[in-house]
Amino acid sequence: MSIFVNRDTRVLVQGMTGSQGRFHTQQMLAYGTRIVGGVTPGKGGGECLGLPVFDTVKEGKAATDANATILYVPPAFAAESILEAVDAEMELVVCITEGIPVLDMVKVKEHMKGKKTRLIGPNCPGLITPGECKLGIMPGYICKRGRVGVVSRSGTLTYEAVNQLTVRGIGQSTAVGIGGDPVRGTGFVDVLEAFRADEETLAVVLIGEIGGSGEEEAAEWLRAHPEKPVAGFIGGRTAPAGKRMGHAGAIISGGKGTAAGKIDALRAAGAVIADTPDKIGEALVEAAQRAGIYDLVKA
Amino acid sequence: MKIHEYQAAELFRRYGVRVPEGKDAATAQEAGQAARALGAGPYVIKVQVHSGGRGKAGGVKFAETAEEAAQKAGEILGMTLVTKQTGPQGRVVRRVLVSRAMKIAREYYVSLTVDGARERVVMIASPAGGMEIEETAKEAPEKIHTMEIDPYLGLTVYQAREMGKKLGFSQDEIKQFVPLCQGLYRLFVEKDCSLVEVNPLAVDAEGNLVAADAKVNLDDNALFRHPDIAAMRDVNEEEPRETEASKYDLNYIGLDGNIGCMVNGAGLAMATMDIIQSCGGSPANFLDVGGSATAEKVAGAFSILLSDAKVEGIFINIFGGIMRCDIIAEGVVEAARKLEVKVPLVVRLEGTNAEAGKKILSESGLNITAAEDMADGARKACRLVKEARA
Repeated sequence: MSIFVNRDTRVLVQGMTGSQGRFHTQQMLAYGTRIVGGVTPGKGGGECLGLPVFDTVKEGKAATDANATILYVPPAFAAESILEAVDAEMELVVCITEGIPVLDMVKVKEHMKGKKTRLIGPNCPGLITPGECKLGIMPGYICKRGRVGVVSRSGTLTYEAVNQLTVRGIGQSTAVGIGGDPVRGTGFVDVLEAFRADEETLAVVLIGEIGGSGEEEAAEWLRAHPEKPVAGFIGGRTAPAGKRMGHAGAIISGGKGTAAGKIDALRAAGAVIADTPDKIGEALVEAAQRAGIYDLVKA
Repeated sequence: MKIHEYQAAELFRRYGVRVPEGKDAATAQEAGQAARALGAGPYVIKVQVHSGGRGKAGGVKFAETAEEAAQKAGEILGMTLVTKQTGPQGRVVRRVLVSRAMKIAREYYVSLTVDGARERVVMIASPAGGMEIEETAKEAPEKIHTMEIDPYLGLTVYQAREMGKKLGFSQDEIKQFVPLCQGLYRLFVEKDCSLVEVNPLAVDAEGNLVAADAKVNLDDNALFRHPDIAAMRDVNEEEPRETEASKYDLNYIGLDGNIGCMVNGAGLAMATMDIIQSCGGSPANFLDVGGSATAEKVAGAFSILLSDAKVEGIFINIFGGIMRCDIIAEGVVEAARKLEVKVPLVVRLEGTNAEAGKKILSESGLNITAAEDMADGARKACRLVKEARA
């Protein structure tokens, strides 16, 4: 088991014929992801990397039976592309695109209410179930299949965390990058719930950062669901208030969204939070040992 | 992106929101002309810098006559205004807004922003205007009223009316408040704002609702579809290094410390600042070179770090995923040669082609200290800076 993606995930790439889309499609194919086609309006009927290209997501879905799409679409058109995938009733939509106007995402999220599609991102590295399916831009070789779920708001910091696990011989069930935008699809709690329901996942690494309230909500959820141990890290302890740290969502404003507040909330909920980013692996080991499952996690 | 009050007030006017009559001026003479054009005084002269707390810092003056307005404007133009938001270095005043002073009977607070948790635009309003909303939230949370706005319905008349009632407005005031709210909301969505704030929203002696101050922040991600708004950018209000960084498509934020950082990815860049601090050092900046850094970008990032006189050492922390470490290493070597880096340089490379990258660095003949991991790198950078000082 794993969450959200596995070897049966059949993927359409929206924006496959662009330079980013093409490059990452090659990378995903090399990893073993089942990519069944691409979607680029105006290029339907053609081919790219030996795969069929369709004009619309609906056409692509009808022809290939795809159940997921991943977007490498420029920010001006990305929200529209998400809506198209949602209306084609895709089970999973992963949006890598960085720089989508926030009001576009507000409309997307309103439209998605009551729909069955799960959106991951935008502005995220995607997700990976090691050895089965990589849907995103992360380096697959640092991952190792195992029993720890990873969820993170940041890209390279996710790689850092995954790498620290792998070098300790600790594998991952699925690693999910939920993205750095203030209005996004899947949040921490959604992923935590999925990891809770997943038998393969025994422990979770949660990587947060300043801004927003996702980490606080995760802490509240953890209090009610303390079954699986959680370790983590919150970036931005030294970030000044009022300054946006790269990610549109990473800003401390009105005294809210501070790293200290998030760390306190998560620790109070029983999570082991590393003081520095190089100690994420150690934090997971500590959390697993406390729960008496270290041998299982390491196996 | 932030814009000036006079620019925000102009947007308010375009959306039918009443603001005090006024005009911006860059010289004392222009200020005098602006005052004369307004008719009889008294006038208020407000500095135009991107900062709150201007009044407390001495940036708001009153004048009875046009001559006095010119004189007062002359006094504040060119001065360095230090508010609690500008930091100790302050901002040079290049422009003032001259408007007719109004008699304020009551003050309210109204703002619109995107609430990430609710995933909608929300209107926040309070009868405690003129105060900072954070203070009101702390001291009198019952005085803060919030309403969510459906993105497909927009701000409805009944919602605005309900809000008007909560604020205690009279029937006549509610009649003015409803279109004012709708104007502000239309401005917010049509121009892709991230904040529209009226503090205070004043009721004047004649019973008119007037936006006595106007603050508008824009979503940087949406500027591509608003060239008119993008043209309002004032680079004088930005840190020069932040402006320079934006040319290279780099994310840079200046800080107070002495260790310059260059990192790929915003989360890792923040974490790098944190780890430097935990090693007893102090980061000079946040700098995210992004996921697709080229040699040119690395060189640009280098020159920005080196242009900061506070920088006594540099820590480059790269976790190459899709980005290859050997390419980064080549960029670093090329830039370090060209720019003659004289401060200690510590580089940590991890990920794709890391070994090849490390080899390029060690064979370059440059004085580059390699780091095993990010903690090692942060420790080494802190230590080398300390040694160089001793």
